[in-house]
Amino acid sequence: MALLRIRNLSVDFATASGKFRAVDSMDVTVDRGDILAIVGESGSGKSVSMLAMMGLLPWTATITADEMSFDGIDLRSVTAAQRRKIIGRDMAMIFQEPMSSLNPCFTVGFQIRESLRKHMNMSRRERHQRAIELFEQVGIPEPEKRLGVFPHQMSGGMNQRVMIAMAIACRPRLLIADEPTTALDVTIQAQILELLTGLQRDTGMALILITHDMGVVAETAQRVSVQYAGQKVEEQPVRPLFSTPHHPYTAALLAALPERATSKILPSIPGVVPGQFDRPKGCLFSPRCSKADDRCREIEPENQPEELGRAKCHYPLGVNEPEMAQ
Amino acid sequence: MNKPVVVAHDLTRHYEVGGGIFSSTQTVEALSGASFTLQPGKTLAVVGESGCGKSTLARVVTMIEPPTSGTLMIDDEAVSPDKWASLRSSVQIVFQDPYGSLNPRQRIGDILMEPLVINRKDMSAKDREAQARDMLAMVGLRREHFDRYPHMFSGGQRQRIAVARALMLNPRVLVLDEPVSALDLSIQSQVLNLLVELQEKLGLAYLFISHDLSVVKHMADDIVVMYLGRPVETGPIEDVVANPRHPYTKALLSATPIADPTIEKKRIKLEGELPSPINVPKGCAFSPRCWKATEECRAKRPVLDEGRHRVACYHPEG
Repeated sequence: MALLRIRNLSVDFATASGKFRAVDSMDVTVDRGDILAIVGESGSGKSVSMLAMMGLLPWTATITADEMSFDGIDLRSVTAAQRRKIIGRDMAMIFQEPMSSLNPCFTVGFQIRESLRKHMNMSRRERHQRAIELFEQVGIPEPEKRLGVFPHQMSGGMNQRVMIAMAIACRPRLLIADEPTTALDVTIQAQILELLTGLQRDTGMALILITHDMGVVAETAQRVSVQYAGQKVEEQPVRPLFSTPHHPYTAALLAALPERATSKILPSIPGVVPGQFDRPKGCLFSPRCSKADDRCREIEPENQPEELGRAKCHYPLGVNEPEMAQ
Repeated sequence: MNKPVVVAHDLTRHYEVGGGIFSSTQTVEALSGASFTLQPGKTLAVVGESGCGKSTLARVVTMIEPPTSGTLMIDDEAVSPDKWASLRSSVQIVFQDPYGSLNPRQRIGDILMEPLVINRKDMSAKDREAQARDMLAMVGLRREHFDRYPHMFSGGQRQRIAVARALMLNPRVLVLDEPVSALDLSIQSQVLNLLVELQEKLGLAYLFISHDLSVVKHMADDIVVMYLGRPVETGPIEDVVANPRHPYTKALLSATPIADPTIEKKRIKLEGELPSPINVPKGCAFSPRCWKATEECRAKRPVLDEGRHRVACYHPEG
């Protein structure tokens, strides 16, 4: 049985100017020991879908799903108290902005011990020991001293490591890392990614990595799900995704990478991600797609079969011509 | 070879911090010994981690702050604070965050015309408006965007507006302080293309500050790698990337993720943290984290050697 299974998840926000669909019929399946990367541009619904699962969205959000289960527990029907038992222990999240996610009024040591106190059956001394151990694990020098420090006294990189230490404190079975390294320098980024993949290897923890950095995806993920304007447009294991993308959006994203450039002018995707008011009919990517025709602009494409990465496209790429004719 | 537009020699910027009733002031060596030249039509990239002095360098070159010591020549004219007003129009800057760098209460037209109002007092209002509309067209926006406000634009378009504003006074040098790091991937390539086109058309010299090595590899002709306020390696981009001579450059390159899952990489693990610029280690600043460091490194600071591909290290690679 999959650790996390989400079928047909949609999230709508009630805004002053009407309903806005941030996540549109998204499927996610994560097994024990998986590393799934979710990539997409800002506003593609990457973070919102994960927050919906954790029950962290404001009341303006309407969440609908055919299935949303974690380890056999139906997340749609659990009570708030039950949910709090799971979140922070079995399922933890690293948030994007370490500076605004930590409480400025308490020392980082207090905040990390709090999650241990709530979730683990540990004595005061054990909690203290575990906090030091965690700080060592994430590479915070002089852990004992740092436990008594407030978030504003440390750099962004240090705070991010505190966040990570807090997330892994109760040995979660699923860790969601929302842009865990965006605020960090590359040398620190390398350390953190190594730590996360190490935990995944050693403890069989599943990892969902939300990012927009294709380099990070290529080096850490096993499977990649590409999101565009709230929809999953493609999902493939990492190697085939980079070698033969099936959705034109994935292909265009990869072509826009500076390291793949063959000339000084990069191939770029014209236009911007559609917003609330300019959502096109048919395929959402059609206004920016070089291969779009009338059919794309009128009819919303179905997902292609598994072999084609479930690409949400009428004309998937990387298909041999004779197969297309059939 | 073209005549350089900017020649910087040994630029240094120190800040004094602290100094309460009971403590003495301390000096932060934010930037030390930065020397480089900018050629028209060429891009010099400055890379390094946070706190390495990239932004201080940008502030000194754009004459926002005077250097503590060292000389800066712009078009053969030595820069001193009394000449700032006249020289500033030839060096303009584009900031990292297009959401923070445009005044939300000003129309795009006013944003673009402000530099002209201040610096070209003899210009008629009509000419100013015409020039602003032309500039919008040049950076790939529409002339009628003149009357709109910044909130009506996406991040990529805002960055185009910021570039347009920087170009209003026909500068010779553009300082780009992380110009694409706040943008999405698909937008990033649009803005990079715009910068390449403008450079070809106008013969601009770019000082390109970034921490993203894949962008730098694409854009730059030359590169300066900084560590803790000092350049540790400089040279033509291909040479530095293909065979980095300073251990820090090597570590930095190996830590940069490459968007190719088939490549097996050997990563150099750096120990420890970037030391605080208040107490820079004696000797080579990188020595506490360097795997090649010897007594010599810890005692005396190495200086950049000579040649085209220069490195400040006693035990350079390759």
